[in-house]
Amino acid sequence: MKTSSPAAGREAEPVLDIEDLTVTIGTRRGQARAVAGVDWSVRAGQTLALVGESGSGKSMTVLAATGLAPRAARVTGRVRLLGEELTTLSEPRRRRLRGRHVGFVFQDPMTSLNPVLTVGRQVSEACEEHLGMTRRQARDRAVELLDLVGIPSPGRRVAEYPHQFSGGMRQRVVIAMALACEPALLIADEPTTALDVTTQAQIVELVADLRRRLGTAVVWITHDLGVVAGVADTVAVMYGGRIVERGDVDAVFAAPAHPYTRGLLAARPDPERAGGDLPAIQGAPPSPLELPPGCAFWPRCPVRGDARCEHELPPLVEVTRGHEVRTFYPGGEDA
Amino acid sequence: MTTETAPDAAAGELLAELDDLRVWFPAGGGARVRAVDGVSLAIRRGETLGLVGESGSGKSTAGLALLRLVDPTSGRVRVGGRDVTRWSRRRLRGLRRRVAMVFQDPQASLDPRRTIGASVAEPLVVHRLVDSAHARRRRVAELLELVGLRVDLAGRHPHELSGGQRQRVGIARALAGEPDLIVLDEPIASLDLSVQAQIMNLLRGLQRDLGLTYLFIAHDLAAVEHMSDRVAVMYLGRIVETGTPAQLYRQPAHPYTAALLSAVPVADPKVERRRRRIILRGDVPSPIDPPGGCRFRTRCPQARPDCAEVDPALTEITAGQRAACPYAGEAVRAMLAGPEAPFPDGPAPRTTGR
Repeated sequence: MKTSSPAAGREAEPVLDIEDLTVTIGTRRGQARAVAGVDWSVRAGQTLALVGESGSGKSMTVLAATGLAPRAARVTGRVRLLGEELTTLSEPRRRRLRGRHVGFVFQDPMTSLNPVLTVGRQVSEACEEHLGMTRRQARDRAVELLDLVGIPSPGRRVAEYPHQFSGGMRQRVVIAMALACEPALLIADEPTTALDVTTQAQIVELVADLRRRLGTAVVWITHDLGVVAGVADTVAVMYGGRIVERGDVDAVFAAPAHPYTRGLLAARPDPERAGGDLPAIQGAPPSPLELPPGCAFWPRCPVRGDARCEHELPPLVEVTRGHEVRTFYPGGEDA
Repeated sequence: MTTETAPDAAAGELLAELDDLRVWFPAGGGARVRAVDGVSLAIRRGETLGLVGESGSGKSTAGLALLRLVDPTSGRVRVGGRDVTRWSRRRLRGLRRRVAMVFQDPQASLDPRRTIGASVAEPLVVHRLVDSAHARRRRVAELLELVGLRVDLAGRHPHELSGGQRQRVGIARALAGEPDLIVLDEPIASLDLSVQAQIMNLLRGLQRDLGLTYLFIAHDLAAVEHMSDRVAVMYLGRIVETGTPAQLYRQPAHPYTAALLSAVPVADPKVERRRRRIILRGDVPSPIDPPGGCRFRTRCPQARPDCAEVDPALTEITAGQRAACPYAGEAVRAMLAGPEAPFPDGPAPRTTGR
């Protein structure tokens, strides 16, 4: 397999760059502010992990950025894919660009697979459409891709149907489809959440290996802090539609500065701290329909600063170089 | 087969027991899915027994068998010293008061058209535990309070509650019949991370206050370690290892336990980069036609020729720890000392930070 990705040679430039992205969705119960003023970028060969709980806006950010938001969504902001502004493009042009340069892997592989087509047909389709291959070439390429993602006897299995594969093997097929056009960007939305832990370990290794070999930029969306620690170079923690903390993965895990990030890390059972109650965060994540005016975490925050937290949105400020946090109290109670 | 998790005589009263249990389901064409295939478990009063395993291991089916919600193909189910294996439907109603269950998805286990109060009251009515509408309301209020819910939620419907609140309702329902044993089947798996800790704290508090006994079934190894007094690991319808959390997590004896633990990601990038992962190849074989000999041998990095010959029984490794592997300990040491993990260096060096 060739290793030239479209991004090679322009490493200084982000593969995907998002600026002030806001997504509002009209519902019967009012306007839901799913994403508000989100900025981030990801470079070739780098993995950005987007972490958050349900309703945090982590998936919607990526769907809206790539033009896949539901029709009821109003999307504003700027999104550049390989330097090209996506938001002002016509839909057919945007589709083409996305199909050629972005691969998607979702939680449930069956949402990406057609049960009545062979896996080979599904993997080769993109090669025909976007790379102008003949059917014959595309089939050979499909075998090559199935081999790349670790499916045994790919020459035989290329003619099989999705139901003949296990959950983990199906997710490998979806990864092969996503990689068919050697995309500059791979978007993985909870790709291991439905898998067993030993299968998850296989998929994590596979994506890490492919990223290294192909120089793909990866956006990995997950709620699992362990997975983040294993896959990410940089991490952005989302809460109530906004980024509340981001930075180099080592910096954020070594010194989490937002009370929410600290709370999430502390609430995990830790064998070194056996017995007794876990330091749980009280309450539940807010609905995008009922976001408080100030800091969205304020109603659950153990620091519980002052009236400012309740009414004013804290800005994203730098705590150390490249490590930013959105709170008035980055050091905790004593700050 | 001997009782695989035989309790010490001194270690408390035996509350429930599966004895060489088999639960096979018809799979069409005369084939049978051997969901549980020779499992013995003993649960002592007041303890939490953690049951871990991946999908298809049979852990949920084993839990259902304790309530006789599945019919055993062979073997015995004993609860409170009585053999309930062949009890009639009428007698099982009494069993299901003493043994309750909490399911993974509180959304699916609650009737969306019923109020929370009506859902919690249902077991009270079924088991004839209240004799008036007034007593029923009072008991429902008590149960809601017990699980940390405001009493005025009784008039709401499930869709008006958060996932964590719905799971609290599921727990209140399980408590309604004043059970001795609660089978908790993945009770935190579909909850948000920040809510999982709340529910684990609630379950431990209830156990302390009410003297409950739990079978805690989960795939989340960290949660099982936190919740359990003893742990049993299942693979393909069998228990492959049992012991205390400290024994299993610090010194796993069975190669599968070691691989399972090594696959769990740790929320620390430095640990993740250094760690040696045992990556199992391939998939779990079909429970319709499990491998002969040791069932794990097709994926075991330390499998030897004679593993195909002998179906290993659980044998004692250290006091209280048993494993079904003749090379227990030795095989795990070899795995951990084996060739480097494929990518020991973790994520590639970053190009630039933002």
